[in-house]
Amino acid sequence: MATGIKDKVAILGMGCAQFGERWNVDSPSLMREAFDEALADAGIERSQIEAGWYGSALDNVNVGNSPIPASTALRLDGIPFTRVENMCATGTEALRGAAYAVASGAVDIAVAIGAEKLKDTGYGGLPIPFKGTFNDMWMPMGSSPAGFAQLAAGYRAKHGMSKDDLKRGMAHVSWKSHQNGVHSPKAHLRKAIPMETIINAPMISDPLGLFDCCGVSDGAACAIVTTPEIARALGKKDLVTVKAIQLAISSGIESQMNTWDGSHVRNTRNAATRAYKEAGITDPRTQLDLIEVHDCFSITELVTMEDLFISEEGKAVNDILDGFYDADGQVPCQIDGGLKCFGHPIGATGLRMTYEVYSQLLGRTGERQLASPSMGLTHNLGGVPYQGIACISILGLSS
Amino acid sequence: MADFGIKRFGGYVPRLRIDRSHIADAHKWMAPNLRGQAKGARAFVSWDEDAVTMAVEAARDCLDGRKADGIEAVYVASTSLPYADLQHASLVASALRLPTGIASSDIGFSQRAGTSGLLQALKAGEDALFIASDAPVAKPASTQELSYGAGAAAFLLGSDDVVARLLGAASVTAPFVDHFRGAQSRYDYFWEERWVRDEGYAKLAPAAIKAALAKAGVAVADITHFVMPSMQRGAADAVAKKVGFGGKPADGLENGVGYAGAAHVLLMLANVLDTAAPGDKILVAGFGQGADALVFEVTEAIQNAKPRRGVAGAITDGISTDSYMRMLSFYNGVDLEWGMRSEKDSKTALTEQYRSDDQISGLIAGKCGKCSTIQFPQIEYCVNPECNAPATQFEDYSLVDEPSQVLTYTADWLSFHPAPPLYIGFVQFDNGARILMEVVDVGADGLDVGTPLKLTFRIKERDRARGYNRYFWKAAPAGAAGA
Repeated sequence: MATGIKDKVAILGMGCAQFGERWNVDSPSLMREAFDEALADAGIERSQIEAGWYGSALDNVNVGNSPIPASTALRLDGIPFTRVENMCATGTEALRGAAYAVASGAVDIAVAIGAEKLKDTGYGGLPIPFKGTFNDMWMPMGSSPAGFAQLAAGYRAKHGMSKDDLKRGMAHVSWKSHQNGVHSPKAHLRKAIPMETIINAPMISDPLGLFDCCGVSDGAACAIVTTPEIARALGKKDLVTVKAIQLAISSGIESQMNTWDGSHVRNTRNAATRAYKEAGITDPRTQLDLIEVHDCFSITELVTMEDLFISEEGKAVNDILDGFYDADGQVPCQIDGGLKCFGHPIGATGLRMTYEVYSQLLGRTGERQLASPSMGLTHNLGGVPYQGIACISILGLSS
Repeated sequence: MADFGIKRFGGYVPRLRIDRSHIADAHKWMAPNLRGQAKGARAFVSWDEDAVTMAVEAARDCLDGRKADGIEAVYVASTSLPYADLQHASLVASALRLPTGIASSDIGFSQRAGTSGLLQALKAGEDALFIASDAPVAKPASTQELSYGAGAAAFLLGSDDVVARLLGAASVTAPFVDHFRGAQSRYDYFWEERWVRDEGYAKLAPAAIKAALAKAGVAVADITHFVMPSMQRGAADAVAKKVGFGGKPADGLENGVGYAGAAHVLLMLANVLDTAAPGDKILVAGFGQGADALVFEVTEAIQNAKPRRGVAGAITDGISTDSYMRMLSFYNGVDLEWGMRSEKDSKTALTEQYRSDDQISGLIAGKCGKCSTIQFPQIEYCVNPECNAPATQFEDYSLVDEPSQVLTYTADWLSFHPAPPLYIGFVQFDNGARILMEVVDVGADGLDVGTPLKLTFRIKERDRARGYNRYFWKAAPAGAAGA
């Protein structure tokens, strides 16, 4: 019987590059920023790292395929190094690889690094993906916002909600994240945005306006993991351990059967159910102190509050408008500003979320520091709501 | 030949319409006289329609869900087919899921292609599907830009349940060059209208018509419907008068369609058949480097051969735009800035296209032999998690005529799309299948969850670097005329 990885892996150190439009910086430099900070935080030498996982989602920008650009950038010679790609969940997937390596006993210390250089395309938004020789012949060539915007139609139909009421809930999601981002020095966008500006912004993919969409930026983040025993032996007192990492991928049910109603993301529900079980969480609404979720679009964050079983079905808008997820609410969501303010350098995003939860648990986040949190969750969504990937990690303080 | 003729008929007109006054207004600074001819509305093809897609739609209107089993051949006649070397009839046959053991050919190169092709097919005496489809392109500010339109007509030919029997036909061939379009040219080059009318129409067409009437043993006085298109205004009326036809010539479909090239005469014929009565005699005349004339007699079977929607229904089902620039852009009359997203490579893997042809051309879903779940695309195992049976036991199940509605939707302004916004959403079929599809021809009412849809064969993407079109099916609001 599998026992999961709860408390088998500790985070020894983390780093996060400055996110943003880093016009004068390339991907290896972004990796170096994150790696240097993580190495210093871990208090180890580069030579102590025994295995690496490099996450990057796109190889038509950035540094191409394979882990070689990362192992070369970081001068990690001759050790096992793997590039992983799991769409927008790539960063957390890299962490999962490193954590599993440590939990299995295969290595003592492993590194997970994610980086993406999106601002070399020449235009805004994400590059246009190739979906495969067959899928490109029939799948519509919709953008990422078009994939997620459809959740709004499905959600409204299911809950009999008016367009205006849903739009207000969505707008509060973005408003709240922009408020939070002001206090995140490493965020790309650090400006509070008035509610009217959000609601009246130009349309990107109906009903998602400009401020319902996350930014697009360059960035990197890094985690060095080991066992709790080694971490203590290396002198760490406050330990952040991995309570759970779970991943769920579509098999075509949502997009090919009539059982999915278009209002939620099945993968999140599947991954959350398993992650809570692995971590021993029975009531996420009271047991989680902060969450960093995949707010690629405001509607995504809104339905995720229900898919994580924190808000009741059909009640996310109420919780959101009540301030339940605000910085001073019961479960602050995107206390660092989220994808909304950091942008979404795909390979880095999951690790950037991990960095925030880790830093919050250790009380290192300055102006935005929450009062003694002990348990946090990260959530990534890759692909589209009806054909994608959900990845959830839960981190907690271990005494 | 007495027992051979047309068994079924149908037509298609693209839904986009523009009032000719908008075209004239755009050019009034340099061609103010166009205003005088700017009456009514013309049809034009969307960026994702061409002679191939219209041919498929006209044939669907004609067959109305029936299989064309038993035909020996399929013909596509047009002067605006997209390829110089790639048989379009094969593409149309595949989209229609016609039997593979049939002959196929394209006919073109003249405004007479519609009538000449139909006559050849009738003379062959084999059951066949004959389609004429054309979207002629006119130079901006030409009179043809006002008069041209687009459309397609389809006819099932055979000897059982004939609704219009061919009584006789004749042709005249002459090197009369009223206009031409070089193989590498975009636009037609016309000679003076008065010469075309007096030396061309008025002399060549009556010769063919008189010969056809003589062969059919029918007097002009017995003709009920005089079906002849006018590539230039009034030409057909002059011919009718010259041969002594006393009635009112058939509706030239100037309002709502416009001159649909080589398909126009047969679009008019399909329109006439829709309201024709048993015993009616129809004269059909086509003009271009000579003339063809065909004489038909309508039979009792006409009562039971209604097309799905018909030409009149297609004309009613228009969507108006007041944007001349939209039409100009759709036929590449202007090179607009579409941004870097339009640089996406759209190379098609021809190997993949051929091995997946049933799904891509035919929208053939799989019906699980074990749990009956209907699913698209067909993947290796049944999608139903309670089943997961291997796809080897799937039964082919066409979705093209299945009732469906909107499950989810959005209007995407970010993606490159030649007619923004790009509407996409899940099409939920009543039979349980669902597909994420592009939705086109969205009118002023927009979309909502539950909006009834129908499917239409379109160009999915144009590979502009290689000049290749990817065809696939899209959804469209079912529209006022339904079906």
